[in-house]
Amino acid sequence: MRTDTQAPAAESPASAGPVRTRRKLPRPAPAALYLLGLLAAAALSALTGFSIALTAIYGVVLGTLAVYVAARLVEGRRKATDRLVTCLVWTAFALAMLPLVSLIYTVLDNGLARLDAEFFNSSMLGVVGEGGGAYHAILGTLVITGLTALISVPIGLLTAIYLVEYGTGRLKKAITFLVDVMTGIPSIVVGLFAFALFALFFGPGIRLGIMGAVALSVLMIPVVVRSAEEVLKLVPNELREASYALGVPKWRTILKVVIPTSIGGLATGTTLAIARVVGETAPLLVTTGFVNGTNLDPFSGRMTTLPVFSFYQLTQPGFPPEFGIERAWSAALVLIVLVMALNVLARLISRFFAPTTSR
Amino acid sequence: MAKRIDVSDLDIYYGNFKAVEGVNLSIEPRSITALIGPSGCGKSTFLRSLNRMHEVIPGARVEGKVVIDGQDLYGSDVDPVDVRRQIGMVFQRPNPFPTMSIYDNVVAGVRLNSTKMKRAALDDLVERSLRGANLWTEVKDRLDRPGAGLSGGQQQRLCIARAIAVEPAVLLMDEPCSALDPISTLAIEDLMTELKERFTIVIVTHNMQQAARVSESTGFFNLAGVGQPGRLVEFNPTEKIFSNPDQKATEDYISGRFG
Amino acid sequence: MTLTSAPPAQPRPKRRPGDRIFAGTATSAGILILLVLAGVAVFLVTEAWPALTAPAADLPDGKSLGSYVAPLVFGTLLAAVIALIVATPLAVAIALFITYYAPRRLAAGLGYVVDLLAAIPSVVYGFWGIAALAPSLVPFYGWAERNLGFIPLFAGPASTTGKTMLTAGLVLAVMILPIISAISREVFSQAPALHREAALALGATRWEMIKMAVLPYGKSGIIGGAMLGLGRALGETLAVALVLSASGGITFNLISSSNPSTIAANIALQFPESSGLTVNVLIASGLALFLITLAVNMLARWVVTRRADFSGAN
Ligand SMILES: Nc1ncnc2c1ncn2[C@@H]1O[C@H](COP(=O)(O)OP(=O)(O)O)[C@@H](O)[C@H]1O
Ligand SMILES: [Mg+2]
Repeated sequence: MRTDTQAPAAESPASAGPVRTRRKLPRPAPAALYLLGLLAAAALSALTGFSIALTAIYGVVLGTLAVYVAARLVEGRRKATDRLVTCLVWTAFALAMLPLVSLIYTVLDNGLARLDAEFFNSSMLGVVGEGGGAYHAILGTLVITGLTALISVPIGLLTAIYLVEYGTGRLKKAITFLVDVMTGIPSIVVGLFAFALFALFFGPGIRLGIMGAVALSVLMIPVVVRSAEEVLKLVPNELREASYALGVPKWRTILKVVIPTSIGGLATGTTLAIARVVGETAPLLVTTGFVNGTNLDPFSGRMTTLPVFSFYQLTQPGFPPEFGIERAWSAALVLIVLVMALNVLARLISRFFAPTTSR
Repeated sequence: MAKRIDVSDLDIYYGNFKAVEGVNLSIEPRSITALIGPSGCGKSTFLRSLNRMHEVIPGARVEGKVVIDGQDLYGSDVDPVDVRRQIGMVFQRPNPFPTMSIYDNVVAGVRLNSTKMKRAALDDLVERSLRGANLWTEVKDRLDRPGAGLSGGQQQRLCIARAIAVEPAVLLMDEPCSALDPISTLAIEDLMTELKERFTIVIVTHNMQQAARVSESTGFFNLAGVGQPGRLVEFNPTEKIFSNPDQKATEDYISGRFG
Repeated sequence: MTLTSAPPAQPRPKRRPGDRIFAGTATSAGILILLVLAGVAVFLVTEAWPALTAPAADLPDGKSLGSYVAPLVFGTLLAAVIALIVATPLAVAIALFITYYAPRRLAAGLGYVVDLLAAIPSVVYGFWGIAALAPSLVPFYGWAERNLGFIPLFAGPASTTGKTMLTAGLVLAVMILPIISAISREVFSQAPALHREAALALGATRWEMIKMAVLPYGKSGIIGGAMLGLGRALGETLAVALVLSASGGITFNLISSSNPSTIAANIALQFPESSGLTVNVLIASGLALFLITLAVNMLARWVVTRRADFSGAN
């Protein structure tokens, strides 16, 4: 096997030893070459009128090229391809981070302006132009999300228990399949379902908080089922058998042994499921409607949630528009913080429970 | 309190697969009965059929009779849960409940069955059971620590304490020492000899010396061939099995001349 | 010796009431899910029925239902396909980065950061799309019209707001990126260590090892993940509703400001102001979306489970 391109100039000192070593680029060389490419790109873009986007594009191309050519000359074709792929993979990751950074920057930049006390303690009732807040929307989000969790968590957990502990045969297969299907239903379709369901009984003008909760439940239940199923399956069968061998009936075994053993995972999964529905907007547009005042009763009248509030403040900001737009961004910021907080909470829960459940 | 077990014409199935065929034997109260044989010949399967743990596996069923002190275990009006309260089991791998302390593990059988008991009575039960399992002196200062934090041998004795805390009549043990070091193994063998004063014990083991040391009677299970059900080839007093077995196959297995 | 011919089957074991109640509750929860899904189909059809049966003249704009829905279906598919084409290679590269390239100690944390992309609500993506992405693409659209205008995709006239089909596709791409990369990551990390080490022991470079031992193993996982991402992109509502300037019919022109809308975005924008038969028409379009995503998702599951069967043999 040929290990080496025959570049005549450089003599490899190590080739005298018993093991033939390939010539290698020194460890920091690729990074240095890449940096060189970036600098060249900055210079190039400065010539044509400096722009960050162009610098980045030129930089990636030139940097990758520099690394590839150097590796090709010194290390040979195979190693050069390997380095090329490494450059591409790193670039891809950086590229994926770009939207995340840009998004967080944009939301902070636009949203911090109106993140004041008034935003949290006043609603939009009677507000034209400046002022006003998302008090009603924040409460609406809490009420509707709470109601959703109240519906979804028991149904989801029980279904998971059915699938893991009791289910057999065709019914189990059918339910597993349909849970999969449910995870894929577009959220707007779920909204239409809830609307159609209630419209059938109350007429087409109906808009209620509970309609939103029903729609969100259809989205949340499959998420809860999936995660709970995974977690319950992790409980070793030996523990169930140990309990049965003590003469404990199955249902008590599930309640007292299986669930306590997996409680951390169940709580984590549920929190993540809540985080997922808390930002849902589309199904609420067609079910809960939109109001400016505070309504805490999900069984009568329209309700506003944070994402819907945010959407309408941006698309229908009123006059003059800048105040509505500011409120929209602040609501988006609060929403992101809420979702991130739930995600962090989920991590903390799983970390908190980890030592007791691991064996 | 210990009970006699009579098994007649027992066939055990996993779905359509017949794992064990035609077992007939009688187990005397207050004795240790050892079951030996090559892997896969159905020892665990047979043992689990004695307290209906077998039914936990979907599709598993038995045909034939298991009678304990005159009562048919598989009678139509018998609740498997009640059976298991009378016939306890210790498994191959120690399996203390990871969410419970040592104390809670011992009283798990009582608590999980929601039998109401005074704290003092519980404390008493814990001490009695742990002493019974020769574990008391080692753990009495850390009863509130997780049971999973003990060593393998201690965990196994904890599982035995948990099993005897519900005062069963029979104790089934499926290779209880196979995951343990020699010292822990000896500790558990000593324990078994003490426990047989109060319980009927049936133990599956791959360790010939262990069977010879602790048991009164020994049953040898074997496979007729690949894919065939396992059978009880010979059931005799341990002394006879190890000195002068009736069957050639038994002798071959015991002397290690086994294919 | 044989005394009795034992009964062929075990008598059903007696169940205690606690067990019966608990098992019953759990089973009913499962059955409820069956009913809900049946409900979704039934109620959608019921509410869509008037639109399906009404004469064309009674429908909004006096157009037949087919010619109302067709551009929407086209727009939905186009945006989703753009997203898929952009996101899949990136997602695979990211998954490779996290499983095999990133420094070991950072890998888990970086994976978590990518997952954060999935946690951001879609309405916020829409905000970001109009405020940051669309304006920054305007110069590129101008350049594309001038230099690539001969390709129908970039025929122009270039949008001056950046609210184009391509922008919508790119926002969707960012949104489905974490979905595809999460599934790819999972299958990549499950590639058997035995094969990987065998490849390395033969003197393969890292990339050759990945080509030999990781990608073949992860192929159907990538396909399945991409299909799930596609399903998500098809149904995505608000990001598209905000980012796409929808006023046109069927066209492959990606950079102009007259585009077909998507089904989901169209419902979100029209529904709150609609009444009468228009509502039924919108629900009928929702039914079409439901069927499309259903087909895509079932195909995806089928691909993914086929992999599970295959890997079980290992
Ligand atoms: N859960 C099960 N499902 C199906 N077959 C099983 C199961 N457990 C054991 N078997 C089969 O029953 C036979 C006896 O197994 P087992 O009782 O575990 O043997 P032993 O304990 O003697 O090693 C084996 O052929 C095994 O494959
Ligand atoms: Mg066994």
